[in-house]
Amino acid sequence: MIEVRSLVKSFGSHRVLDGVSLRVEKGESVVIIGRSGGGKSVLLKHLIGLVQPDAGEVLIDGENIARLNERELLRVRRRFGMLFQGAALFDSLTVAENVGFVLAREKQHTAAEVAKAVEEALEMVELPGTQSKKPSELSGGMRKRVGLARAIVYRPEIVLYDEPTTGLDPIVSDSIDQLIMRVNQHLNVTSVVVTHDMRTARRVGHRILMLHQKRMYVSDTPENLFHSTDPVVRQFIDGVSDPKEHNL
Amino acid sequence: MKLGAKAWINDWLEGLGRISQLLREVLQSAFTHRLDGSYFINQIYFIGVKSQSVVLITGAFTGMVLAAQTYFQFHKVKMDTATLAVVGVSMCSELGPVLTALMVAGRVGAAMAAELGTMRVTEQVDALRTLAAHPVDYLVVPRFLATLVAMPLLTAESIVVGIAAGYAVGVQLLQIDPTYLWHNMLRYTDPNEVVAGLTKATIFGGIIAIIGCYKGMSCGEGAEGVGKATTEAVVYSSISILIVNFFLTLALNRILE
Ligand SMILES: Nc1ncnc2c1ncn2[C@@H]1O[C@H](COP(=O)(O)OP(=O)(O)O)[C@@H](O)[C@H]1O
Ligand SMILES: [Mg+2]
Repeated sequence: MIEVRSLVKSFGSHRVLDGVSLRVEKGESVVIIGRSGGGKSVLLKHLIGLVQPDAGEVLIDGENIARLNERELLRVRRRFGMLFQGAALFDSLTVAENVGFVLAREKQHTAAEVAKAVEEALEMVELPGTQSKKPSELSGGMRKRVGLARAIVYRPEIVLYDEPTTGLDPIVSDSIDQLIMRVNQHLNVTSVVVTHDMRTARRVGHRILMLHQKRMYVSDTPENLFHSTDPVVRQFIDGVSDPKEHNL
Repeated sequence: MKLGAKAWINDWLEGLGRISQLLREVLQSAFTHRLDGSYFINQIYFIGVKSQSVVLITGAFTGMVLAAQTYFQFHKVKMDTATLAVVGVSMCSELGPVLTALMVAGRVGAAMAAELGTMRVTEQVDALRTLAAHPVDYLVVPRFLATLVAMPLLTAESIVVGIAAGYAVGVQLLQIDPTYLWHNMLRYTDPNEVVAGLTKATIFGGIIAIIGCYKGMSCGEGAEGVGKATTEAVVYSSISILIVNFFLTLALNRILE
């Protein structure tokens, strides 16, 4: 369903991705792990056309979206939902307006239908009754949930998550993990989760990909990965820093 | 030195190219996509309210100082009653539109750059794009059209206030005969001056909005990026207004002859 072929991306002279390839099947839940600043967010943004590659292809059901312009991409993006690292809620709008944003702009829905869909989405993320709140009144975990509600309310086929649990306490993180698993089961979506939280990776991923030195280093099931003897993988999973990086 | 100048000209041309491209997208979108009516009205309201105090104060004091200075010169040649005519002509064709535009650039252009810049660095613009909305349709077009509508209104307001303040200074402070003062102002201020002034105002409105939005949408990372975008929006739109004004004066003089 999603296929990336030899993706290359630089910002100025700084190369971030250098020949990344990956494949995600329909209904699969894939986790991408890797070091901070390693280009995980940049890779994720390529999948939905927010960033255009310097070289390589991004195929969504066989269609190369790297060649589409912004207007053509709008049609493709309707099939996606994305949860941003900082939730990226529109702070001038209420929670209900945020969550109902896409549906309210599509003319075929009545206001009552939109309100009902928003209510259901907020119930799914366990935040019922918060419709009239402003994003500034919410905690970090609540913002993430509203962001998730906004991403799933219009029933996308693919959901992308950028660091869904980073910066949250372990208990809130746990509830977000459970939400992701619930969305996968109930809405039957394909999902791609970017994280450096190993607990999230283990729980929500059918398969884990590791981005290392600008390329895909491994692709394996969580069991195999956690029992891997590869030094690079081990180092990341055990959270051991490289001795050479100590002398800061 | 030579290299620096070359890089600077390159940057400048590139910026101009990108702004032209944004302008083209805005015009295309304005003609092909339905405008969100309430969002548009909100923007006009915001621009109007935000600019009231500065427009009134600059309009009034410019009219007053112009009346006083003109009188000091004209009094020597016994042309006291022509004082307000000078105020009228200058306010309508030059000072009204230019000063209003500079004030609006400082308030509204800066606010647009800061708001869109903040949305960009907090990924709200990316979020908008993932939610199948084109940022130009949703963010830029309403601001652009609202500024286009608001600027002539604010300019007309500043012209009226300027002339009224000049009149008050002439009559109350300088003891000029009110009837002749008013009569001469109407006689020498051609309606074409007003048309020229309001045309300029509309064009300046377009410059303010397009530069403010461009700077916001292309803002660099973090709080520093937003600050830089805001400052640059004000500086570039102010300079553009002054330069464009000169050429507009020449062109409109030809057209409205
Ligand atoms: N829009 C951009 N302009 C310039 N550099 C960028 C941009 N987006 C990301 N980068 C750079 O790309 C690198 C990878 O960033 P990112 O994908 O956010 O890493 P992470 O794996 O932590 O998500 C970083 O060095 C970052 O500075
Ligand atoms: Mg990231």
